[in-house]
Amino acid sequence: MLCDNCGKNEAEVHLTQIVDNEMTTVHLCPSCAAEKGLDAGAAKNIPLTDFLAQMGQAAITEEERAVAGPCTYCHTTVDDFRRTGRLGCPHCYSVYESQLRAILRRIHGSTYHLGKVYVPPASEAADRAARLAGLRRKLQRAVEAEDFERAAMIRDQIRELEAAIDA
Amino acid sequence: MIPKDFRSIPDFGLAWLDASGPDCDIALSTRVRIARNLQGYPFSVRAKPADREAILATVQEVLDRTPPVADGVFVNIDSLDARGRQLLLERHLVSRELVGRAGGDAPSSSALVASTHEPVGLMINEEDHLRLQSLTSGFSPRETWGLVDSLDEELGSQLPYAFHHEFGHLTSCPTNCGTGLRASVLIHLPGLVLTQEINKVLQGISQVGLTFRGLYGEGSEVVGNLFQISNQTTLGKSEEDLIDHLQKIVGQVIEYERQARAVLVRDAPTVIEDKVWRAFGLLRHARSLGFDELMNLLSGVRLGLSLKLLTGPRVYVLNRIMIFAQNAHLEEASAGSLSGSELDIQRAIYVRSALAEAEPSPGA
Repeated sequence: MLCDNCGKNEAEVHLTQIVDNEMTTVHLCPSCAAEKGLDAGAAKNIPLTDFLAQMGQAAITEEERAVAGPCTYCHTTVDDFRRTGRLGCPHCYSVYESQLRAILRRIHGSTYHLGKVYVPPASEAADRAARLAGLRRKLQRAVEAEDFERAAMIRDQIRELEAAIDA
Repeated sequence: MIPKDFRSIPDFGLAWLDASGPDCDIALSTRVRIARNLQGYPFSVRAKPADREAILATVQEVLDRTPPVADGVFVNIDSLDARGRQLLLERHLVSRELVGRAGGDAPSSSALVASTHEPVGLMINEEDHLRLQSLTSGFSPRETWGLVDSLDEELGSQLPYAFHHEFGHLTSCPTNCGTGLRASVLIHLPGLVLTQEINKVLQGISQVGLTFRGLYGEGSEVVGNLFQISNQTTLGKSEEDLIDHLQKIVGQVIEYERQARAVLVRDAPTVIEDKVWRAFGLLRHARSLGFDELMNLLSGVRLGLSLKLLTGPRVYVLNRIMIFAQNAHLEEASAGSLSGSELDIQRAIYVRSALAEAEPSPGA
């Protein structure tokens, strides 16, 4: 399928918009999409990369650009992030922490992980205890939901972990 | 020993087509995936071939001790030819990111792992190092999440994930960080489209933190009245809350769809019946079918089955057509590459034969 805009390149971006309760779909090649991606009215359904690039642009001031980065581990710069919408490595989250906090708040409405607490495998007994506590909470929830198959599985995990601590 | 061929995945990874899940006359499938990355390596966007190799080896090493994928299927993506990669994509077993662009080379050290006894597995060296995923029939976010959660507990107790005390699981794209969880339901909404209520519903779900996409995920258009509804955010809520929210809202959408269908049957029974039978007639007799046209006609027949205007074919047959009438599957069946018009002809032949085995009679 060819691009609806230039009619020359292969369309790769399929933009579905709702305007005045009418749903329309436009097929664009990446370069025409990039041009149109800056249209604020289309922001809701444009691909995530463009969406993020805009956020990055809005959130990062010239001053911050001078202070932050590039990442000392993977050398990703603010401009790399703006262009691709992707960070280069886990360390980038520390390097760009304050900018990311602003971006994350705008994407997710929060910056605090409230999901499962992850404890890395090589951790000491204290961490295992935290993991055990987490598993017990999960067991409780599984029992409440009457999901006994899952409860049995979690119980086995708890026993295994307890055995490991005792050993 | 892990078998090397994806053909040994049970039902070729298509168990979800069997239309056995809850609300399967409206919800086709439920998918849950979580993104994970290993500590000490750059994300895929920055990873060098040696990094990708090391990541693959690290994960591969623990797979044998990881139920339920321990005796699973392991597929090296770069061991597949272009059509093999496209087949996996058309079956929704892998993402475009994992198998590379159409016509391009396969990315190095990418792999698909699938359990042989549960509908759960993982992609290695995708946009994130790991994408744990499950795809099940019908509308079942909680059960599907449970499968992914268990696999995550198993893998996470052996592999050091990149995890931040505040931001949670770290991902290449900040839209995935925190839980890394994306749950989506593929849902058929012809009633809401025909009664022109669909835009209201789609606007409504976007106001409560959900989003919709077409059949092939991000950036894909809506065909055949099929929408993929998923959570928009991954950070600041627990996995259970995200799943419960999706369960609740999509449950409401299914309810609206049932009401819209009831209105159609009440106010325009002849129009609907005509639409359904015309769709069936075209599928049963057409000599050339484009894929989008096929999807729209299947939508009509699917609606007819749900409203009991037709007594056959089974939903399973329609689901199978949706997969097997795609380009790579047609090429695989005819063992050669086909031009656009040849594809449309082969598609019509395939659909005619699939439906011939399931000739319906008019419903009550």
